[in-house]
Amino acid sequence: MMMEKEKVVEVQHLYAAFDEMVVLSDVSFAAFKGEVCVILGGSGSGKTTLLKHLLSLYPVIQGHVSVLGKDVSRLREAEQVDLYLQMGVFYQSGALINSLTVAENVALPLVQHSNLPKALIDDIVYMKLGLVNLSHAFHLYPSQLSGGMLKRAALARAIVMDPPLLFCDEPGAGLDPVSLEALDTLILNLKDKLGMTIIMVTHEVSSILRVADRIVFLDKGIVAFEGPLIDALHVDQPAVREFFSVLDNENMRELISAQ
Amino acid sequence: MRKKTQNSFSRNIVFEGQQIALLDGNVLRLKGNLTMKEAAHFTGTFFRMFKPSKYRYLDIDLSLLSNIDSAGVMALFYIQKQLKEKKIRVEITGGSETVQDKIRLFFPDTENTIASPQKPGWFEHSGNKVHHFFSSYVFGFLLLAANVFYWGITDVFRTRTRRKGEVVNQAIQIGVNAVIIIVFLSFVIGYVIALHSSSQLRTFGANIFVVDLVVFSIMSQMGPLITAILVAGRSGSAIAAEIATMKVTAELDALKTMGLNPNRFVVVPKLYACMLTMPFLIVLANVAGITGGALAANVYLDITPNIFINRMQEIMMAKDLWTALVKSQVYAGLIVLTGSFYGFRVERGAEGVGRMTTSAVVLAITLVILADSILGIIFY
Repeated sequence: MMMEKEKVVEVQHLYAAFDEMVVLSDVSFAAFKGEVCVILGGSGSGKTTLLKHLLSLYPVIQGHVSVLGKDVSRLREAEQVDLYLQMGVFYQSGALINSLTVAENVALPLVQHSNLPKALIDDIVYMKLGLVNLSHAFHLYPSQLSGGMLKRAALARAIVMDPPLLFCDEPGAGLDPVSLEALDTLILNLKDKLGMTIIMVTHEVSSILRVADRIVFLDKGIVAFEGPLIDALHVDQPAVREFFSVLDNENMRELISAQ
Repeated sequence: MRKKTQNSFSRNIVFEGQQIALLDGNVLRLKGNLTMKEAAHFTGTFFRMFKPSKYRYLDIDLSLLSNIDSAGVMALFYIQKQLKEKKIRVEITGGSETVQDKIRLFFPDTENTIASPQKPGWFEHSGNKVHHFFSSYVFGFLLLAANVFYWGITDVFRTRTRRKGEVVNQAIQIGVNAVIIIVFLSFVIGYVIALHSSSQLRTFGANIFVVDLVVFSIMSQMGPLITAILVAGRSGSAIAAEIATMKVTAELDALKTMGLNPNRFVVVPKLYACMLTMPFLIVLANVAGITGGALAANVYLDITPNIFINRMQEIMMAKDLWTALVKSQVYAGLIVLTGSFYGFRVERGAEGVGRMTTSAVVLAITLVILADSILGIIFY
């Protein structure tokens, strides 16, 4: 008997268009609690637009988006803020506030939204930075960090509130394979140890194979495939097949046997 | 059906001594090469000798063609497209395996031709412009103003979460760093006003009124206006550029998804800083301008500083001061709001940042001068 899994993010029949250009058409999918859900697809397939809808940065014009059980189009400002506090967002470019130090950046949500004393906040920040191996950058400014360090700092900021839901926008872009693997391990840890639900936009195949539980494949604004990773490798959908065809057979076999 | 439109004449297309095509009745036979070299000549000659009115269909036979490249394929596509518009059916037949492969590779789907964007008529266009102006500029500006006003007032009471030191930091950038240039320019302008009026006043023997002239023009107009224009130029642009950059690098998105309001977090400290420093800047500008005027009056009209100050005390009123105070607050609000308004509007990366910065300065100066005229009428 399978327990019905809890849907953390649910999108139903979402359409989006800029002027006359349809970017998303009839997109429906769900992400379940405690899973890593990877949204992937080629450039221009609407990944970022979809993500911005999930984050309520774009208004939902047609369709239905619910995040953590709340319909995002019907939130008042205060409810929206409450919802934001339950999710962490890890931006592609890092998006650290340049006028604040790394520590201040990471501390920002804590300072603004909790009553914790300053010393405790500092400790939490130091610990979170340690998680991403960046405690030495405590007092540095974002402009003094390398690209990979920026990303790790951004991840520390995204998880500083221990959100049940974490969004990652292309976490792998611009990272070397070793850092990428470390990042993936961290993401898996967050999932396994904290039970976080992670929604990730990426097209690093190696990273997908390591972390993904579920795949949502977008092709020209349409969901070409949705389901478990293992099914995605066998699915008979040209765009999906083409994407995974970069794997050689040996890799594939290894993975299938591992699963 | 075919019989009726059958054409019986034949003509050659020759390129550099080689026959490359033969129009034989309703069949166009291609020979040899059809590559980038031949394509232009081929299509040109074809359309010159082809009489569309006589045709219902045209077969293009490629069986004698030995080589074709993408330009050649597109030449065929071009012919097909042109003739289709004249209701002539074109069929491309034959060809070796390699020729057919290239045609399959390059020949576009007719459905996917480049659609030229539909241009709205001038009526619709002007309507769109007006609607756009009101919905995004007027309404957007008012919305931002209301939002910033709200956060500006409520934030006074939220001392814990306010960004420490940010107001001071901004006050230094917006206010303190502008002191030297503002004092210098006001001094020069005060001097010039006195200088130019001195020759006029001397002819009437009304030397002493140079004091009235300098004090009034500096206090009620030049001082506040010069300050506002300089601050708009220095800080309006800086604010627009800073916010635009934050938007481009997704910092604003990051603030939002951390549950922080960018207006409160970024704009309000700048508003406080500008509103705090602006009155002091105006006072400094007034003092410098009047000093400049006094110097010129001394040099050209022999009015000693003592006389100047005595006369000044007679004519100055408290109203002049609080008018300047009201003006300073209005200007500060306008400058910060226009700067942030354009900053938030930036689109399409770094190139947009520059454009928005320019627009911000132009609009800020325009609004400041408009506000100056309106306040001038009110406080007349």
